[in-house]
Amino acid sequence: MSINLKPETLARIDESITHYPVKRSAALPLLHLVQEDLGHVSQEAMEWIAAKLEVPPIAIYELVSFYPMFRQKPIGRRHIKVCRTLSCALSGSYRTCKEFEKHFNTYPGEISPDGEVTIEFVECLASCGTGPVVMIDEELHEKVDQARACQLAVKISAEAAARK
Amino acid sequence: MPEQRRLIFQHIDEPGYGNDLACYVRNGGYEVLRRAVQRKPEELIDEVKKSGLRGRGGAGFPCGVKWGLVDRKSGKPIYLVVNADESEPGTFKDRHIIHKDPHQLIEGIMITCFANNVKQAYIYIRGEFPEGARILERAIAEARAANLTGPGILGTAYGCEIYVHRGAGAYICGEETGMIESLEGKRPYPRIKPPYFPAVLGLYQCPTIVNNVETLCHVKHIVDMGGEAYSKIGTPNNTGTRILCVSGHVRRPGYYEFEVGKVTMGQLLNEVCGGPLPGRTLKAVIPGGSSAKVLKFGERFKGKRKVGGEMVDYDWGVEDIPMDFDSLGMIGSMGGSGGVIVMDDSVSMVDALANINAFYSHESCGQCTPCREGSKWMQRITARMVHGVARAEDGALLKSVADQIAGRTICAFGEACAWPTQSFVLKFPEEFKSHEEAKKKADGKAFELA
Repeated sequence: MSINLKPETLARIDESITHYPVKRSAALPLLHLVQEDLGHVSQEAMEWIAAKLEVPPIAIYELVSFYPMFRQKPIGRRHIKVCRTLSCALSGSYRTCKEFEKHFNTYPGEISPDGEVTIEFVECLASCGTGPVVMIDEELHEKVDQARACQLAVKISAEAAARK
Repeated sequence: MPEQRRLIFQHIDEPGYGNDLACYVRNGGYEVLRRAVQRKPEELIDEVKKSGLRGRGGAGFPCGVKWGLVDRKSGKPIYLVVNADESEPGTFKDRHIIHKDPHQLIEGIMITCFANNVKQAYIYIRGEFPEGARILERAIAEARAANLTGPGILGTAYGCEIYVHRGAGAYICGEETGMIESLEGKRPYPRIKPPYFPAVLGLYQCPTIVNNVETLCHVKHIVDMGGEAYSKIGTPNNTGTRILCVSGHVRRPGYYEFEVGKVTMGQLLNEVCGGPLPGRTLKAVIPGGSSAKVLKFGERFKGKRKVGGEMVDYDWGVEDIPMDFDSLGMIGSMGGSGGVIVMDDSVSMVDALANINAFYSHESCGQCTPCREGSKWMQRITARMVHGVARAEDGALLKSVADQIAGRTICAFGEACAWPTQSFVLKFPEEFKSHEEAKKKADGKAFELA
């Protein structure tokens, strides 16, 4: 069983295991590193991590199936997370999310038909004073009302077109 | 307008203030640590006890007492776990400390570790702060290179390593024993107390201190000015400053730091935050993160309270409540995490509760039946009220479910998910009774909440 990780990912994996007196503690860090490298956590990846940390595969699978940030399937090229929780909703995040859905012709949790994005309507992102907030990949965007959502969506599409 | 007193946020948002070590040191950074390591650890613990500092994460537990409970005779290592899992809806203070002043946190951590003989500390940061995690890792590396963390700091024999540990999107990891389980590489199922008090049986079954980011920053200022002097800031039993995060329907939402208890809800919302949006009036406010019980503008709170050793009557409206732990507790809610969520008269309280219930049903870890099932039932009932048919008896049904969760679970999540439902139904019974008619009258202009 082997998975195709970049050398720098492997180096970071070995380094993070040294942070803990008990290997199993490195499970979340390893899952993050593997997901960042491969895009999702496959069954092979879970088995590889389990072997690396000397735990049964179920000890890793039960994490992937619990923690919302880990995914077992690929997602679109860009990941759009719109905050759903109260403060953002009070400032219009449901409309923000709909705007992204409309632009990319998709629903939360799905990959858009062009493969470009996956939208998620997520729980609180801890930036409640500047809602609605949206994370696009790792970048936080504040006060994303419908008009701003439309601008961001157009920008993502333009970047996608430029790549083709 | 009440004056802010910026202790923790002194430099945050100051033009030109960066999050690098050089800038922090230019502004006097790490001087307190330098002095602290020349003192006896017990003296530092004493300063924190004298300061009266209460935890800024949500429970408001006295920090010095927490440290005092640590089992120091077990012979096992003592760990510090920094709770940077800022996830309580309405709260966004730690985000700014981490992103804009990470060295203040690291200095607080190192003083705390030195005082408690901790050799290894973990910063458990929520997964949704990838940038924050990178900033902290860089700051730790800078501090380590400057001999401020790592082995033998500042020419002493004392050493301590700090590691950043990223969560992965689960709210329950903010619960201290859930956080410890998560750090051990498991599902974050909270542990039962007794016997699993972190101070005795925490991380790897070793004594462990779990402190919030803001709390640890306060430790730096306490050791700097002395516990006695710090205890004079704020009000008795509610000492120091605290960051209040205001979100929702006011003109100037944001974060504001005040001496605890020196600003009232009315001053905060109407003066500091500029009052309601144009043409609107304030209807309700959640004072301490979404699990705190809601307050209704217009309701009165009466009782007796202690002022300078004497019992005096109080008769407050929502606007009169001082923003401190004891006052908010006295009127039946809580200061919690400092997240103040404001709702104006455009909001349907049924819709708002449906939003909150969706959050808690998503975040219940599923370990205890009353919470796992009850949070889902409450979510389904309020979702049906919003999207399907609302019935007159739904309020009573919701209350009966909530009443069967609170007090029947391993951790405080049971209360956290029951309190919104209990308080919304109690304070806005008419809205729950007549939601079907209200939906027919709605003009579709208000934002959807569920």
